[in-house]
Amino acid sequence: MSQGPILELRGINKSFGPVQVLHDVAFSAYPGEVTALVGDNGAGKSTLVKCIGGIYPIDSGEYFYKGERVHVSGPRDAAALGVEIVYQDLALCDNLDIVQNMFLGRERRSGLVLDEDSMEEMAAKTLAGLSVRTVKSLRQHVSSLSGGQRQTVAIAKAVLWNSEVVILDEPTAALGVAQTAQVLELVRRLADNGLAVVLISHNMNDVFAVSDRIAALYLGRMAAEVKASEVTHAQIVELITAGRSGELGLKNGNGAAS
Amino acid sequence: MTTETLPKQENADSALGGHVKGYLERVKGGELGALPAVFGLVILCAVFSVLRPAFLSAVNFANLFTQGAAVAVIAMGLIFVLLLGEIDLSAGFASGVCAAVLAVLLTLQGWPWYLAVLAAMVTGAVIGLVLGSLVAKLGIPSFVVTLAAFLAFQGVVLLLVKDGTNISIRDETILAIANKNVPPVAGWIALVVGVAVYAAIQLVQARRRAGRGLVATPVAVIAARVATLAVVAGIAVYVLNLERSRNAALVSLKGVPIVVPLIVILLIVWTFVLRRTAYGRHIYAVGGNAEAARRAGINVDRIRISAFVICSFMASLGGIIAASRANSVDPNTGGSNVLLFAVGAAVIGGTSLFGGKGRALDALLGGAVVAVIENGMGLMGYSAGVKFVVTGLVLLLAAGVDALSRKRAAATGRS
Repeated sequence: MSQGPILELRGINKSFGPVQVLHDVAFSAYPGEVTALVGDNGAGKSTLVKCIGGIYPIDSGEYFYKGERVHVSGPRDAAALGVEIVYQDLALCDNLDIVQNMFLGRERRSGLVLDEDSMEEMAAKTLAGLSVRTVKSLRQHVSSLSGGQRQTVAIAKAVLWNSEVVILDEPTAALGVAQTAQVLELVRRLADNGLAVVLISHNMNDVFAVSDRIAALYLGRMAAEVKASEVTHAQIVELITAGRSGELGLKNGNGAAS
Repeated sequence: MTTETLPKQENADSALGGHVKGYLERVKGGELGALPAVFGLVILCAVFSVLRPAFLSAVNFANLFTQGAAVAVIAMGLIFVLLLGEIDLSAGFASGVCAAVLAVLLTLQGWPWYLAVLAAMVTGAVIGLVLGSLVAKLGIPSFVVTLAAFLAFQGVVLLLVKDGTNISIRDETILAIANKNVPPVAGWIALVVGVAVYAAIQLVQARRRAGRGLVATPVAVIAARVATLAVVAGIAVYVLNLERSRNAALVSLKGVPIVVPLIVILLIVWTFVLRRTAYGRHIYAVGGNAEAARRAGINVDRIRISAFVICSFMASLGGIIAASRANSVDPNTGGSNVLLFAVGAAVIGGTSLFGGKGRALDALLGGAVVAVIENGMGLMGYSAGVKFVVTGLVLLLAAGVDALSRKRAAATGRS
């Protein structure tokens, strides 16, 4: 826990035309920890994540990975670094099975032919490593899976490639109670396996259930980056809705984080 | 839910039971696969053979193959476009254009057959390249692009064959495709070798998977598949090897039509491409969720264009077969009902119009149904009008089954 951040952003600015969405945002993610990224609708969570994932180029600011400054100019750069993003829509093909989805676009082959056996083995190993036991067969179509199982497959797909930072965009938004618990358990396990996990969520219960750190965005500014054990539920809600809470947060609505 | 485990090491009995159970569950869940086509085929054949015993004769059986060949080949190409959730309405007349190119070069220009065939195939590929580029790069809906091409190609065929005349084909090699037969002995040898190779591939695959601790297809299932193939193909070869000539002393007519092994080769090639290569996997992915495919780093535009190229290329082969069967090319080659039959064949076979679902084999199963309807109703003496209406209804029925099975899949959580 004492090691430095694996992913660190400093002074990120991002505008879409005349609208500045991110103002001087700083953000860090630490290996072995779950960092929750919270904020109201329009606070800039998705934009920040897309900047991290290389989908949007940043206007200015610095991007450090393992302490070294890097330039991420596309999704492939981010993936090459070891940053994987699981989007809310999961990006799974319903008509393909679990193994086929996990290796989509990165199929292993021997010569011209797909190497199904080794892909199935690797997929089984990855799911076993995440202690996933909820799927009956790796060869069932994704369309036959429940919401939680699909989320699991999408997460397994992200960690299959020895990624070190996994960003989850509202993984529990569409899930029932039991499945939410399952996915949160999986999120915790990812961090325990040494990955840096960034969890975007609107649900304070989920956030406090699994996070080590909480980063709150308010109108495109980073209101606070705090340890989850040092704040209360109410303080985070205040940070999300007002940008400040007592000592924490933005000083006067336009300054940097304290 | 959390108590279920991956059924890695099952014993042989429960593996077989699980296989059968899994299949039944899939059928109940709306994944009907080839079932409707096979049922339809059995019922149609039964009805026609009761009403018109001539339907079952060896001559008519051979006719079925040569009648249905062009449509089945075009349908096989169409499946690639349908897998993406697109449509190619111009495939019929694209085959007409390619056949016209073949006829003009062969008969009017006097080219050797292989160059003329090559030119026809290149024409098909270029047509597909243009159509695919318009759809993928410009973003015009494929329905509109290919509807425009449908009209334009109709005109091109007219221009090529000089307004309503027809060009006869006299080249022996081209005529042989649909009119000559493989020697009976060669038919039997090909059958035995084919079944043996199929069985060997399946067994080797199952053993390799079992050796690596993966769920393998049970031997009983493999045996059933091989037996089915052997029986169906065996009966077909046997009947086709019977003497079909009315006057055998004068001209002997027996053996598998040359077009049949051609179609089998195409079926094997495209099945391999779709099931065993990364390219095939990407076709399914784009048809299932284009956005997911794009994010996975798949070049979606290139997949789209290539599918149209394959479709029009297969249409060119269909055109060559049609020209061979008709001994000539006229302005109606590839026209009228060819496209409807080809789309119908693919859909009846089990390919979804919504994309993401379909196999190369569907073209043959559906093609067989279409050919049987066409042939059987012809024997019954119905007019062309009735045939059109019935075929249209069958296509509608197949599309209805497709849509209903999707609804059913959504209802059972397989949305």
